[in-house]
Amino acid sequence: MTERGCWVYGVTDRDPGQELSGLSGVAGGAVRAAPAGGLTALVSDVDLDEFGADALARNLEDLDWLERVARAHHHVIETASRVLPVLPLGLTTVYASEPSMSAAFAERRRDFRDALAVVRDRAEWGVKIYARPERAEPERSEPERSEPEHGSGTGSGAGLAYLKRRRSQLNAAQESRRDAAGAVRALHSALAGHAVRTRIHPPQSPSLSGASAPMLLNAAYLLDQADEAGFQAAVLAASDTHPELRLEVTGPWPPYSFAGEAVHGAGEAEDERR
Amino acid sequence: MTAHENLPAVRPRENAPVVSRLPEDFPAERIALVDLLDRVLAGGVVVTGDITLSIADVDLVKVSLRALLASVSALSAAESGSDP
Repeated sequence: MTERGCWVYGVTDRDPGQELSGLSGVAGGAVRAAPAGGLTALVSDVDLDEFGADALARNLEDLDWLERVARAHHHVIETASRVLPVLPLGLTTVYASEPSMSAAFAERRRDFRDALAVVRDRAEWGVKIYARPERAEPERSEPERSEPEHGSGTGSGAGLAYLKRRRSQLNAAQESRRDAAGAVRALHSALAGHAVRTRIHPPQSPSLSGASAPMLLNAAYLLDQADEAGFQAAVLAASDTHPELRLEVTGPWPPYSFAGEAVHGAGEAEDERR
Repeated sequence: MTAHENLPAVRPRENAPVVSRLPEDFPAERIALVDLLDRVLAGGVVVTGDITLSIADVDLVKVSLRALLASVSALSAAESGSDP
């Protein structure tokens, strides 16, 4: 008989009642509401064979496993967020038992309540900005498959001309990168004007995103529902003003990017008195 | 969290941004993995539990995942005290 642990998806301050019945989470476990130090945690049971510390260390390195688990985790948070205010937890929070989870959460109750107050009735929107590929890197649609570099060692004059051409291309690219960086900063602050909070994520790896164009901004914005229309209008306007940039918007997301920050920032907020 | 129905769904024109709203029945599989990992790995509340293992704790020396995931690299940078 394998040991079971308690996987935590998120925390809420409401009683979900029957709202989440039938919802299944990571590894198909049935999601339930568990008392968690005065709040309610959304949890399901997991096998420690797969989700114990050693197994996690191994499994987190497997992108397919990670994808399955990340999607299941998100599915639960996303579904619950439609009916409850949910403070999402990151991957991977596993407890040996419900009581140990409850005890740990009791210690953080104040933080959780403050964080819930920040994200309540708000959603996260993501904006990614790319340089348009034709601007950034003219020609060469298949960067992997360039001409053979060796075996054709002829014509140093042609080589020199190539180097010159290449250098001027690089200079132009550098300049347009500088312009783009300024435009992106301006766009970000314009969009931030619609948001309660913002967070900049590092640019995504092209090998994961599949995008060939350089990513210039990967940002998240926490929006009041009332501000979403204005935010979208600002994105459209920005994209009209900057044809050299490609903007991609995703959302609404559960407030992942702001849940941790809200908890960590809670101490300072208290100092300023509530 | 459900009052998004009134917003216009914006379809991309040639030069327009891609504004994708996630409708309520949007299949989870369609969400880009990389966007999701940005959030569930680098976001969310971090609570220390008895088995809690954040990906930043994982020794990924022999693995390509760390190089693959910007959020993981950023996490490690943040852990070691430098600004992301």
